[in-house]
Parts: sequence; C-alpha cells; structure tokens
Amino acid sequence: MTKAQVLDVSVWRGGVSGEFVAYRVPRHDNQTVLDVVTYIQRHLDPTLSYRFACRVGVCGSCAMTVNGSPKWTCRTHVERVANGHRLSLSPLRNLPVIKDLVVDMRTFFTKWRRARGYFISAGTREDAFARVRPDSAQRRQADKGIECINCAVCYAACDVVSWKPDYLGPAALNRVWTLINDARDEHRDLHLAAVASDDGCLGCHGQQACLQHCPMGLNPAAGIAGLKRTVALAALRGEL
Amino acid sequence: MRRHSSYWAFAVHRASGLLLGIFLPIHLWVLSTIITGASDSSGSLDWANNPWVKFGEGGVAMLLAAHLTGGLRLLAIEFLPWGDWQKTAIAVACGVSLMIALSYLLRAF
Ligand code: FES
Repeated sequence: MTKAQVLDVSVWRGGVSGEFVAYRVPRHDNQTVLDVVTYIQRHLDPTLSYRFACRVGVCGSCAMTVNGSPKWTCRTHVERVANGHRLSLSPLRNLPVIKDLVVDMRTFFTKWRRARGYFISAGTREDAFARVRPDSAQRRQADKGIECINCAVCYAACDVVSWKPDYLGPAALNRVWTLINDARDEHRDLHLAAVASDDGCLGCHGQQACLQHCPMGLNPAAGIAGLKRTVALAALRGEL
Repeated sequence: MRRHSSYWAFAVHRASGLLLGIFLPIHLWVLSTIITGASDSSGSLDWANNPWVKFGEGGVAMLLAAHLTGGLRLLAIEFLPWGDWQKTAIAVACGVSLMIALSYLLRAF
C-alpha cells in the first residue's frame, strides 16, 4: 500500500479528559468519514464509541467534529475534508462528551422544550384537516426551516452557545420560527414569550455559523432574524 | 468555523465597540480640557497638532464608522427580508468606513 492510499486518522479517545489516538486506515474512492470510523471500530479497535443509524443523512445522529468543523459524517466525503491524508475526529463542541465520539445530547433537546419548540393546538383527530395554502407567505417561511434533522451541527458551530451556556441555540430557535409561521398552531404568544430573551433569539450576534454549517442547507440565522423582528413588533404593540 | 464574512463582520463590530469604549472617554476628556482651558491651552493645541494624534483621531473616526455601519448591517438583517445581498452589504460597510476615515485624515492634514 503506498502512502497516498492510507489515511492518518487521529481520533479523540476518552471522556472530558482523554487524548487523540492515531490510526491508519486504507483509503478508498467515495469513502465517507463515517466509513473511516466504522473501519476503525471493526478492524482496529472495537471499543471505539460513536453514533450512527441511517447512514443516508436522515436521522442526524452521526455528527462530529471533522478537522475542526462540525459535520454530518455519513454524507461527508473524505476527499472533500481530508487535509492531505490527515483526518482529525473529535466529538461535537458545546455538548458534554460521554465517551470517544459520543456526546450527551440532553441539553440540546431540553432547550427545544424550553424554547417551546413543539406544536400547540387544541385540535383533535375528529376535526377536519386544516387547509394551508402551499403558496401562502407564512407557509413559505415555515417551509424553509422544516427539514431540520436535529443533528446539532449548528449548535456545535455557534460561538454564542459556547459563550452563553443557557442560549437556546440555532436549532431550537429555527424550530420556533417554523411554529410561529404555522397557521394551525394556536399559541404564537407562548412560543414568542419563550424566545424573547437574551437566552433566546435576542442573544444572537448574527455570526451565521449555523447557516454556513447546516448540512441540510437550512438558514437558522434567517429564522432567528425573523423571530427578532416578530418579537420587536409584538413588544411595540404591547403584546409581550 | 469562523472563516466567513459574517463572522468577520461580527468581530469588527465587537472590536470597534470595545475600542470606542476605551478611546471615546479619552477623546472627550482631551476636548473638554481644551474647551474649558483647564490646562495650558496652547500646549494642548500643540499636542493636538501632533501627526500621531491626528492619526489616532482618524482611527477613532474609522472605529465609529465601522461600528455604525456594522450596526446598520444588523438592523438590515433583522428588519429587512433575508437576501443574498448581505455579502455586498458587508463590503459596502467596509468601504464606507474606510472612506469616512480617509476623508477625516485628509481634512486633518
Ligand atoms: S447516520 Fe443518519 S444522518 Fe448520518
């Protein structure tokens, strides 16, 4: 095997304290970063911990830090991110490490609850279907944000999250923006109240790392800007 | 993670804000001592004619302009519909700040 056909991969091993361990992995065409991690676990060290499920960019469980940036690994080609023949893999930033490449996602998901990032309606299954025009302005706004796969890549990329641990983060705020634009949701006021604070949308500094890194091509920064606008108007009208 | 124009725009806005917080009080204090004649006014004016001080004042003008245009950028992002013009807005903000600072320097000399 010539040098060029081998990847030098350093992988974070351990918990909060740990170290990078070097592995040599055969290089292939069309190899994804997740393929590399899987190779290490199957052939070099079965004690390596990492997460994945769908391997096709749907479940959002395979995100980690690849050469310094958060990425979904099942759809990230080695070719596009390797630094020559080097790869460095570590757990996602801004979330506590459990072991190796696995982080504790609890704060990420509790913040979705705190942001009231869930649908609120008194409707029941007996009610008729709501009619939402696909070309209505609100529906178009919601459309731009609904494909989130909860991978936490934006959350890891955001500096405000690392500076202010209570900041709700781009994913939760993006979700709230889709609900504010959901004509069926009956509590726009509750959603707005949950995000109208420094830990909510007002804490965003417009750095837009979320927009740069979202693997689904969503734009949480635009959603947060929309929330700020809505909060400002509601405050002017005395609704907040 | 930080190598993109919006992050730079944020960093310039933050740094210019902090530096203004430090320099503006000094600047105002110097002005007030000159105006009230609390110190030997000709000495202060000599000091104010020092080219380095003029450069410094040009710097303050630059910081003010950068901070102002950065703030306008944020307002535009938050109150106008999202668009792909943002990179252009950042470039325009840089250009305008530079022009203001340069015109200030030209007048100073
Ligand atoms: S494994 Fe499901 S998104 Fe990557």
